[in-house]
Amino acid sequence: MKARVRNVRAGDLAQVAAIDAEITRLPKPGYWAGIYRRYGGGRRQQRFFLVAEAAGRIEGFVIGEVRDWEFGSPRCGWVFAISVRPGARLAGVGSRLLEAICEGFRRLGVGKVRTMLARDNQLILSFFRSQGLMAAPFIPLEIDLE
Amino acid sequence: MKLQKNTLFALYSVLESASHPERQLSAAEIARKYGISPHHLAKVLHTLARAGVVESVRGVGGGYRFAGNAKRLTLMDVIALFESIGAPARGSRRRQAAGIAVERALESVLAEIDEIAKATLRSISIATLLKLMERQRRR
Repeated sequence: MKARVRNVRAGDLAQVAAIDAEITRLPKPGYWAGIYRRYGGGRRQQRFFLVAEAAGRIEGFVIGEVRDWEFGSPRCGWVFAISVRPGARLAGVGSRLLEAICEGFRRLGVGKVRTMLARDNQLILSFFRSQGLMAAPFIPLEIDLE
Repeated sequence: MKLQKNTLFALYSVLESASHPERQLSAAEIARKYGISPHHLAKVLHTLARAGVVESVRGVGGGYRFAGNAKRLTLMDVIALFESIGAPARGSRRRQAAGIAVERALESVLAEIDEIAKATLRSISIATLLKLMERQRRR
């Protein structure tokens, strides 16, 4: 059955958190409650939290927002989470989720979408590459705080 | 970053064969298209065939056919058959023993660049590169 993409609802949150915990092996219920408060409940302040549902089950989710003028960069759509239940992969669910959030960004007049990934996460890197994303003119930097 | 000739020839061959998976391409055909030596290319194709990336079809009209999974085979998989990206830089023994700070710092920066290059090459499948070529053709 083809998954339908829609805005997240409060009742989806347990399944979203379970998908994340299955993939990351790190349950974080407090985090998901906070994300729902900030991004849930439909289009909110240029923020998106969408889920893919098939046969009453949540198969995946995507979260992102519009970001403006970070270090002088014009507004862009920023995707910071996308996950598909391992058993539901290779069926186009991730592509549909990404298409849906990009459509949301387009409606807000955004013409560029970005994300940031761990370079050893080959699975998700390959997914974004297969969707046409290329290296952006930015370099992520970090430092260990002492 | 510069790839060795063999590696480039291998990538040409893989992309050519993967873009026409139903066809058998001869080494001469690919060599002609890219202006390279058929003899040189035959060796490259032999390595690709041994790795199961292409299969050799004998007989009249024989040649090489793509045998991999274009969605799973990455640029890094092909490159690794011919060269090693980011092999550790070797300073002289005396300098290594002295642990010169400049050398260590430079090595860590160069290693950072290698890691980014490897991650990029590992993230791009043959299917993704074919899609990219198609998009660039349409522009």
